[in-house]
Amino acid sequence: MSAPADTRTIAGSSLREFLHGLPGVDQVGAEARAAMLASRSVKTTAKQWALDTAISMIDLTTLEGQDTPGKVRAMCAKAKRPDPADPTAPRVAAVCVYPDLAHLAAAEVKGTGIHVASVATAFPSGRTSLEVKLADASYAIDAGADEVDMVIDRGAFLAGDYQLVYDEIAAVREVVEGSAHLKVILETGELVTLDNVRRASWLAMLAGADFIKTSTGKVTPAATLPVTLVMLEAVRDFRDTHGRQVGVKPAGGIRTAKDAIRYLVLVNETAGEDWLDPRWFRFGASSLLNDLLMQRTKLATGRYSGPDYFTLD
Amino acid sequence: MPKFEYAPAPESRAIVSIKESYGLFIDGQFTPSADGRAFKTISPATEEVLAEVAEAGPADVDRAVTAARTAYERTWSVLPPKERGKYLFRIARIIQERARELAVLESLDNGKPIRESRDVDLPLVAAHFFYHAGWADKLEYAGYGPAPKPLGVAGQVIPWNFPLLMLAWKIAPALACGNTVVLKPAETTPLTALTFAEICQQADLPPGVVNILTGAGDTGRALVTHPGVDKVAFTGSTEVGKEIARDCARDPRKKVTLELGGKAANVVFEDAPVDQAVEGIVNGIFFNQGHVCCAGSRLLVQESVYDQVLASLQRRLATLRLGDPLDKNTDVGAINSAAQLAKIRELSEAGEAEGAQRWSPPCELPVKGFWFPPTVFTGVSQAHRIAREEIFGPVLSVLTFRTPAEAVEKANNTPYGLSAGVWTDKGSRILWMAARLRAGVVWANTFNKFDPSSPFGGYKESGYGREGGRHGLEAYLDV
Repeated sequence: MSAPADTRTIAGSSLREFLHGLPGVDQVGAEARAAMLASRSVKTTAKQWALDTAISMIDLTTLEGQDTPGKVRAMCAKAKRPDPADPTAPRVAAVCVYPDLAHLAAAEVKGTGIHVASVATAFPSGRTSLEVKLADASYAIDAGADEVDMVIDRGAFLAGDYQLVYDEIAAVREVVEGSAHLKVILETGELVTLDNVRRASWLAMLAGADFIKTSTGKVTPAATLPVTLVMLEAVRDFRDTHGRQVGVKPAGGIRTAKDAIRYLVLVNETAGEDWLDPRWFRFGASSLLNDLLMQRTKLATGRYSGPDYFTLD
Repeated sequence: MPKFEYAPAPESRAIVSIKESYGLFIDGQFTPSADGRAFKTISPATEEVLAEVAEAGPADVDRAVTAARTAYERTWSVLPPKERGKYLFRIARIIQERARELAVLESLDNGKPIRESRDVDLPLVAAHFFYHAGWADKLEYAGYGPAPKPLGVAGQVIPWNFPLLMLAWKIAPALACGNTVVLKPAETTPLTALTFAEICQQADLPPGVVNILTGAGDTGRALVTHPGVDKVAFTGSTEVGKEIARDCARDPRKKVTLELGGKAANVVFEDAPVDQAVEGIVNGIFFNQGHVCCAGSRLLVQESVYDQVLASLQRRLATLRLGDPLDKNTDVGAINSAAQLAKIRELSEAGEAEGAQRWSPPCELPVKGFWFPPTVFTGVSQAHRIAREEIFGPVLSVLTFRTPAEAVEKANNTPYGLSAGVWTDKGSRILWMAARLRAGVVWANTFNKFDPSSPFGGYKESGYGREGGRHGLEAYLDV
C-alpha cells in the first residue's frame, strides 16, 4: 500500500494504477462489521463522555437557499452556548454556512475558538469551471472562513479521470493554504461502491486534503456507517504509510444521539482513539445537536424534557 | 487510560430463574435418576455452581428409550405430518419468545459472550425449528421417494460449544421426519437443554417424543449402544466419534452420523479485501473462544501480503474485549472448562517448544474462572502439532504459501476436512479452490456463517453425514 514518494507529481497513469492497486472492499463484510460495532452498548459514564465529545465535534450546519442573516446569527448563538439552561454543555466545533454568509458567521463567533466552515467550489454539484471554483474558495476565505468544504468532480471520478479530480483538489489546496483547513467532500452517495469510496479517500488525501467528508447532505444516501468505516480505514492506513493524519467528517442524515455514539464507537475501534478529537473527527449536522442535548439532560436529571425546552437553532 | 472506556453493560440475569436441581426429562416428566446420582454444573466465567443435575445411568437410559419407542409407535409416527409441523412451529415460536432468557442461560452455563448467544445462537436455533417445521409435511418432495419413512428412536449426543444450537440441529430434523429422540447434552452445559424440555411441555408435545438425559461419557455410551436406538447422531471429538463408530458397527441396523473435529484452513490470497479478510480471520478463530469444530484455526496467507495481513490482524486483536460473558460489549468469553483450558495450554506450550513464535495482545485475564487470551502463532510449519491437532480454543496458527496449488496442498494436508475459507476478489479462483478443497463447507470471503437450509458436515476424520438442508433429512429417514 505504499504510494509514490512525491504524490504531487504523479502522472495520470500511475495515479490510476495506484488507486486500482488498493485492496478491494468486500461490501458484505464491511456492512457486517459496521453492524456489529453498532451493537456496542454505551452506558452511564461512557455515554456521558460520548455525548459531550459528540457535541464538541459538530459542524453546526445550515445550507439552504432560504438561509437568512438572522438564521445564521441564531445558529452562531447556539453554537456558542448550545444549552442556555446548562453552561456545562460544550461548544460545537464549527459553524458551516454558504460563502456569502461566512462573514456574518465569522463576526458572530470571533474570539470563541469556534471555527467557520464554508462550503465552496460550486457546492453541492461542483459543476462549473475550475476558475469559478477557485474564486468561490477564495471568496469564502476572504469572508472569514477558516475551513473550506469543497466538493470533488464526481463526474470526472466516475469516468476514471482521476488526474482531473486530483488537480482540482490540489489547486483548491493552493488557494486555501495557510488560511484554511481543506475538507474534501466525496459525495459517497454518488460514488455508490465502497471500492470507489476507498479510492476517492486516497485520492483526496494524496492531493492534500486535511479532512475527507462523506456527503453534501443534498444526495441520498448521505453518511452511512459502512462508508465511514471504509474512510476511517483509509485515514488509518494513510497515516501509517505517509505519516500524515487526516480527519474524517460524516455529514448528512445523522440525527440522533444513538447514531452519533455509533460513529464514535466506529472511530474508536477502526482508526483508534487518536481520531477521537474534534481536530480529527467532525459531524456535519444540524438537528443532531438537540438530540444530544436532550440525552445529556436526561442523563444528568433522569428525566426527558420535551423538544420545546431546547432552542430551535 | 483509554479515552473512550465503555462502561460495564451487563445483561440482567433476572430474566433467568435457575432451579437448585434438575431431574431427567423422560416421558414428558422430570424425574430423578434411578440411583439418585447427580453432578454440578458451573459457570466457567466465575466457577460459581449454577445447579445440580441428575446423572442418568443405564436404567434411566432404558426408561428413556422405552418411552421414546412407545411415543414413536403410538403417537408421533402415526400423527399426520402437518400436525408434526405444527408442534415444531410452536416450539420455534416459544424459543423466539424466550430467546433472551435462553441466551442469558447459555452464556452463564457455557461462558460464551452474550452478544454471540443473543445474535448468533438463538436466532439460528429458532431458524432451525422453523425450517424443519416446514419440511414435516413436504418430505415426499425431498428427493427420497414418494413416502419416506422415519427410522424410529434417535439417540443423540451433543457437545458443549453450542449447547442449544446443537440440540436444534439434532432434534428439529429428527422430529420433522417423524422420529422420537433421546438426547444427551454435554455434562458442562446441560441447562439450556433442560429448559428446552420445559419448552416441550409448554408446547404440549406428546410425552416421550423428546427425552433429555443429562450425564457424562458413560451416559452417552449407554445411550448410543442401547439396542432400542435405531439411529445415532453424535457431534463432538474425533476420539469419541471413532469409539461410537466402533460400538455401532456391532449393530448393523443402526444408522450413524458423526460430526467431529476440524483443523480448517483459512486461505488469504494477495488480492483479498484485506480489512474484511482480517475480520474473517478473527471471526474464524476467536468466535466462541475458538470452541468451534469448523474454526479457521490454520491461517494460510500468500507470502506477498503476509506482513500487511499480520500487522492488520495484530492491530485488530488489540481491540478484542475479553471478559464477563454477560457484558454486552464482550467479544471473547470464558473457556468452557478447566479440562479444556488445560488442553489449550498444553498444545500452546507444545507450539512454543516446537519453535513457533507465540503472540497475544495485551489482555488482562479475570482471576476466577477459566480464561485464555487470543493467541497467534507465527513461524508455524505443517509438521508442528499446533498445525495438525485440533486445539479447540482461541489459538491461531499462521502459515504462508506462494501459489494457489501450494495453498490447496497445505489446506488439504490434514486428517480433518470440515470447513475451509477462501479470501480473494477473483470469482474464478474461488470456484477453482472450492473444487479442490476436501472440506464439507467452503466459505468464500466470509467465515463461520450458518443457515438451516445449508448442509453441514465433514470429510475424512471430521465425520460423515450431513446436517441441515434437504441433505440433512436423509440422516433421519429410512432411505
